[in-house]
Amino acid sequence: MRDTKNERGTIVKGNIAILGYGLSAIGPGVGIGLIFAAYINGVARQPEARGMLQSIAILGFALAEALAIFGLVLAFVFK
Amino acid sequence: MSLNVLGSLAADGGGFQTPTSAEFYQPLWFDGPFAITRPAVVLILSVGLIAWWLIASTRRAAVVPGKGQWVTEGLYGFIRNGVARDIIGSKDFLRFVPLLFSMFILILVNNLFGVIPPIQYPTMSRIGFPIALTLVVYITYHYIGIKRVGVGPYFKHLVPSGLPGWIVPVIFALEVITFFITRPLTLALRLFGNMFAGHLLLLLFITGGQYMIVNGGIGLKIAGGGSYVMAFVLTIFEILIEFLQAYIFTLLAATYIAGSLVDEH
Repeated sequence: MRDTKNERGTIVKGNIAILGYGLSAIGPGVGIGLIFAAYINGVARQPEARGMLQSIAILGFALAEALAIFGLVLAFVFK
Repeated sequence: MSLNVLGSLAADGGGFQTPTSAEFYQPLWFDGPFAITRPAVVLILSVGLIAWWLIASTRRAAVVPGKGQWVTEGLYGFIRNGVARDIIGSKDFLRFVPLLFSMFILILVNNLFGVIPPIQYPTMSRIGFPIALTLVVYITYHYIGIKRVGVGPYFKHLVPSGLPGWIVPVIFALEVITFFITRPLTLALRLFGNMFAGHLLLLLFITGGQYMIVNGGIGLKIAGGGSYVMAFVLTIFEILIEFLQAYIFTLLAATYIAGSLVDEH
């Protein structure tokens, strides 16, 4: 995929599926932020519940992250 | 501006080839479907290394542990108490500890091989390896669920009781999709995607930095140095992700097994 030059600069070539990955990363980004905000709140209020909250937070993080991972994989699938 | 600079850089000379997913297919011997690839060799190496380490560190197990035994016991205790007992419950978690522990340590070592210098290949960035691991989890949690209650009740248990009749088919379809498609798919793709994307990112920053330093002007040489700094920072981040993904895979496997063991979903 070689870039070709015109008189004003370059024509940017690339794969538009990567934009799809960017879009699919928005939702999980917000979601993961919310999950860890809730986790921090919970630990701040009740520090002794940290161990229990941690595994729940990481579980939620993993589930929310799945959508971004789908987007990434599909960006490479639809080349 | 920067696009123009990079574009002109790409236009003259050979141009910088961005790393693609094709970089990950590295057959060492033979070719085609039966090729012995680099990740296969790395996986065999990791299995040998883990076996040697576990035997060596526990062969002369003492009440007061040495350094090696302390590390092994720490990891084992973390999986046994932190994952298996907390998630599955204290009644019948013990028979799943060997599965979870070997899964965790195998994934952890293979992930860490992604940044350990002479090897530097995360095995799980080839989709076949996470699929194989996921298949083990998939068969395990369906098998114990069906063995516990039988095939018919197993499917009946998918829908929580006490729902209005018209909504039952919808929930049933959703639960079947969740149990048979979404869960294994996300389990395999999560591990694969994280390792693949992380390694691709490192590859991009390192090869891009090298290209800018070798071929660019003074400004790009500085940017190339910045690219190496980013590669260093991302390597540290990558180590964190590698631990986290091994933990998450084990945690989710334990969660799915626990879901098959409880009476009501």
